Amino acid sequence: MSALLLIEQVLNGLQFGVMLFLMAAGLTLVFGVMGLINLAHGSLYMVGAFAAAAVAAATGSFLLALAASLTAAALAGALVELAVIRRLYDRDHLDQVLATFALILIFSEGTRWLFGSFPLYLDIPDYLSGPVTLPGGIRYPLYRLALIVIGLLVAAGLFLLIARTRLGMRIRAGQSDREMIAALGVNISALYTMVFALGAALAGLAGALVGAIQSVQVGMGEPVLILAFVVIVIGGIGSVRGALIGALLVGLTDTLGGALLPSFFSLFMDPASATSVGSALASMLIYILMAGVLVVRPSGLFGRV
Amino acid sequence: MGRLKTLALAASTAMFAATMALADDHKLKVGMITTLSGGGAGLGIDVRDGFMLAVKLAGGDDMDVVIEDDQRKPDIAVQLADKMIQSDKVDVLTGIIWSNLAMAVVPAVTAQGKFYLSPNAGPSALAGKGCSPFYFNVAWQNDNLHEAAGAYANDAGYKNTFILAPNYPAGKDALTGFKRYFKGNLAGEVYTKLGQKDYAAEIAQIRASGADSVFFFLPGGMGISFLKQYADSGVGLPVVGPAFSFDQGILQAVGDAALGVKNTSQWSKDLDNEANRKFVAAFQAEYGRLPSLYASQGYDTANLLLSAMEKADVDDPEAFRAALKEADFDSVRGNFAFGPNQHPIQNIYVREVIKEGDIYTNRIVATAFENHQDAYAAECKM
Repeated sequence: MSALLLIEQVLNGLQFGVMLFLMAAGLTLVFGVMGLINLAHGSLYMVGAFAAAAVAAATGSFLLALAASLTAAALAGALVELAVIRRLYDRDHLDQVLATFALILIFSEGTRWLFGSFPLYLDIPDYLSGPVTLPGGIRYPLYRLALIVIGLLVAAGLFLLIARTRLGMRIRAGQSDREMIAALGVNISALYTMVFALGAALAGLAGALVGAIQSVQVGMGEPVLILAFVVIVIGGIGSVRGALIGALLVGLTDTLGGALLPSFFSLFMDPASATSVGSALASMLIYILMAGVLVVRPSGLFGRV
Repeated sequence: MGRLKTLALAASTAMFAATMALADDHKLKVGMITTLSGGGAGLGIDVRDGFMLAVKLAGGDDMDVVIEDDQRKPDIAVQLADKMIQSDKVDVLTGIIWSNLAMAVVPAVTAQGKFYLSPNAGPSALAGKGCSPFYFNVAWQNDNLHEAAGAYANDAGYKNTFILAPNYPAGKDALTGFKRYFKGNLAGEVYTKLGQKDYAAEIAQIRASGADSVFFFLPGGMGISFLKQYADSGVGLPVVGPAFSFDQGILQAVGDAALGVKNTSQWSKDLDNEANRKFVAAFQAEYGRLPSLYASQGYDTANLLLSAMEKADVDDPEAFRAALKEADFDSVRGNFAFGPNQHPIQNIYVREVIKEGDIYTNRIVATAFENHQDAYAAECKM
């Protein structure tokens, strides 16, 4: 395998990883601060993608579409928190799973009712379409490069927010001791709504960005949700830094595994069975990675013991 | 205990007799399990619409159709089949799009003595050793269109082709079929995940492989994602594929990137026969869009069933099977007959993607195979 191909696959892995991070960051914040398992996070991803597709179809502007995805997902998140999630903080995890699973069904059917079963298409804007030539002669799609940059910028912004702002301080305090910061006079329910809306907005943004290269359809969030859970388990539940490292690990493992394993097996097998064994093993690889991490560090890479 | 058993046996026999008596003058009941949601929804909706159009044109009063969505999940398809056979008491099942679902459902259905007419999936396992007197395939055996694509790639002068398909029974049949006729080298052979939406890794491999052309089988939403990303990547090698990768539902979403691409199909909107002209006009009038090959397959399936109903009663399976096997209906494909394994013998054409006004569609440019039969017929013993 040539170096050029390897670098291109690494870029693909990074791009997949940063998109997973946008999804996993919200999930891990909500779990870390409020102790809530939110299965409906994938639905917020879908809400963002649909809002973007609808606004792009109406106005033709990709930037407006991205703004719409952030707003719609944050609003949906805040609404869900106020109406449903708020009642679940004191309940056990099984109740939360049940209620948020119900939310998935409600969101999916509601979206199907509004937009129909056929996938919608969100196009890449002209100024981001086509390939660019990187140093070293690698031709890589500009849009995917933009996704990596946006993802990393959001990650940097999120770290600044958590490390340097008052809101971030409250989020960290909430993670350490919920009762105590309430006793200190912080309006804990407003904080919870804000964190939930922030996580939702990130998921919605991921949905819109990814929707433009894939397709926007009902149920698009659930496969990503499973991967996002893998990411936060690897990274350590509640840790944003863990989510970033975990997402990049999962993205790179999945992409490089799928690309390299079949050619590895073809060294000593005939091509057809090498391909099938290789791709079968590649699809298991991230779960093997998760199991491996959990054996060494049962609470994840950056989890608190 | 012995007496209780006898009593239960007697009771169930009585109930059986009662349902038999009811069955005498009931309508034919059809259970349709198809994909109506998610990335594969376009295919199932077209099969359903084509089928229901034929039922409507025939008057529609001697057939009941129960339609359920399998969500492209084998476990749900199996549950639906059980429910339709046991509680809806259907006589005939149809509708499945995906070969992995067909493999989960069809053998169990035919083992219970119910007829299954496939409007789409045609896995090789059911065409050869696993064939059944109760199983008819009205579409094609999975390999067929890909075999034609392989033959076309030879004619087009491609010598080094990169081939890819999803990792499920129809994907394996696709690459097997292509390789059966293609004489050039393979620059690479890749299986993707079923339902995969991001093809960046595969496109990078294509770019690095030194191929002179790409053959891909990616039906439904998978094809749309692949073609959009392929066009954006700037790889620019010529692509060839079966009609599934360029069907009517995909073309509108892909747009200009598909123009001029050659693909192989057993049906096309411009096939010149009376049944097809009537079908295309009626479909447009009823649903306001052009039919896809999936819709044509659903339409033919319903017409085959209707033709058999005129000749025989489904409660006499032998006679009903013989009536189905005659294939005495006006297929939109023109000539249509069943081979010994109850899979089609038909022509396969090469089509080109064109633009008619604002609509992207296909037209026939050549005939790849005449009266083509699948490679598994000889293995079928029944």
